[in-house]
Amino acid sequence: MSNLNAMNVLQPIGRIFLAFLATVGRLTMFTGSALSHCVRPPFYPRIIGRQMVEIGFFSLPVVGLTAIFAGMVLALQSYTGFARFSAEGAIANVVVLSITRELGPVLAGLMVAGRVGAAMAAEIGTMRVTEQIDALNTLSTNPMKYLVAPRLIAGLTMMPILVFIADIIGVFGGYVVGVYKLGFNAANYLQRTYDFLEAEDVISGLVKASIFGFIITLMGCYHGYHSKGGAQGVGTATTYAVVSASILILSSDYILTELFFAK
Amino acid sequence: MSDAQPKIRLRNLHKSFGDKVVLNGVDLDVGVGESVVVIGGSGTGKSVMIKCILALLPVGEGSIQVDGEEVVGIGTKDRERINRKFGMLFQGAALFDSLPVWENVAFGLLAEKRVSRAEARDVAIGKLAQVGLTPEVGDLSPAELSGGMQKRVALARAIAADPEIIFFDEPTTGLDPIMADVINDLIVKITREMGATALSITHDLASARKIAHRIAMLYEGKIIWVGPTADIDDSGNPYVDQFINGRAVGPIKMAIRA
Ligand SMILES: Nc1ncnc2c1ncn2[C@@H]1O[C@H](COP(=O)(O)OP(=O)(O)OP(=O)(O)O)[C@@H](O)[C@H]1O
Ligand SMILES: [Mg+2]
Repeated sequence: MSNLNAMNVLQPIGRIFLAFLATVGRLTMFTGSALSHCVRPPFYPRIIGRQMVEIGFFSLPVVGLTAIFAGMVLALQSYTGFARFSAEGAIANVVVLSITRELGPVLAGLMVAGRVGAAMAAEIGTMRVTEQIDALNTLSTNPMKYLVAPRLIAGLTMMPILVFIADIIGVFGGYVVGVYKLGFNAANYLQRTYDFLEAEDVISGLVKASIFGFIITLMGCYHGYHSKGGAQGVGTATTYAVVSASILILSSDYILTELFFAK
Repeated sequence: MSDAQPKIRLRNLHKSFGDKVVLNGVDLDVGVGESVVVIGGSGTGKSVMIKCILALLPVGEGSIQVDGEEVVGIGTKDRERINRKFGMLFQGAALFDSLPVWENVAFGLLAEKRVSRAEARDVAIGKLAQVGLTPEVGDLSPAELSGGMQKRVALARAIAADPEIIFFDEPTTGLDPIMADVINDLIVKITREMGATALSITHDLASARKIAHRIAMLYEGKIIWVGPTADIDDSGNPYVDQFINGRAVGPIKMAIRA
């Protein structure tokens, strides 16, 4: 009897574990195949271009808004905090370091995951359930090459550019609050922003951005590609794409930070 | 027929989804330049059979030969080469909704880089005319078309690259009777005049009689009858008789409980 109970508990755990392993395996194979298609011709420059515009240009408003408010609130919060030990002078540094190293890439990553990752999963998922992906196969076109590779390339290349712009906007947000609300001297504020900033801070943020761009597009494509079961399946794929990309962004962010600043 | 090498040869083809057996040993030959129509009840696995030949679905067991070459389990490169021989009209049209109609039709030509974009466009407009669509339709997006128009665009796309073997999955479903006959004539023309091999699926017996050299009936995962089109009315097979006469009573039981 107790044996039976133990079985009842262990069975679902085993099943979940196996399903997890299967997913990891499928995702690894998908990633490998997608990457190999990124570097082997034929390439589809038109589609790469369209995806670059979609990720880099049309995400600008959303990412810019996020960045400016992040910079503004950062300046305000650090002011109230730092005033307690008379370190108000440091807020320019705090703003620029937080934005370039951390908030720029992570916030932009999360916003783009919601915007672009979801759209990719929905588009590719719809193509799957309406047999458009099958149709590609019958028309001398490899769907991995035609649908997935261009999106990965666009994600890898456009996210750093997007984040670089977000960095500037975020720092500007901090500047506006610092100078116009908290009464810092404008030249002074800029000087302090600039003085403590090292190339490494910005570059590490941009490397993160590139990896996040890869994660977002990979999750969008993977979940869309494997969606099944009509409109409902596409909806599920969209949710999974955003949730898994967000979790992977936050967890890989920690690992990347460890790697960059371990010394 | 029997001595010449068939264009497509299916032997003992099996396909299941989980526990559900769909194809249970299908044997079928399609000769060079021949037009074979597969009939059978809804959900018997006709579309699945074609998708197995195109490798859109993995085959359970059995053999599929194209021009005498075994194609089950071949690598990606060989598969791309084999698929170049095929054109496919999907039951649900499966048009690319991100592209205008003419690019849909010319997609295969552009993918194989056989022609420039301008030439491809001309070919596409020509193929659209063959299925009774005006050049203006070429610039619309698939979502702006009616169901029957989408079907015809899909047909134009299937034949655009002049494939050796064409699969038509219900080419006349959703068309008015006159347009259906235009499409029948087109399929006849493609097979008889251009020498293409065709494997079609249809529920439209008038269409089957017109386009088929031979008709095969799929029932419970097997081809239970195959013969020349002229023999369909006296096949001597009670299943075929029931099917072509559309009788609810007979050996074929529908899974319906009153
Ligand atoms: N991807 C799939 N996953 C699971 N089951 C499937 C899948 N595709 C088809 N089937 C099942 O296989 C059976 C045959 O489907 P198929 O589409 O070949 O029918 P059909 O003969 O073309 O019918 P119709 O004339 O209605 O188009 C159906 O019962 C269907 O439920
Ligand atoms: Mg079907």
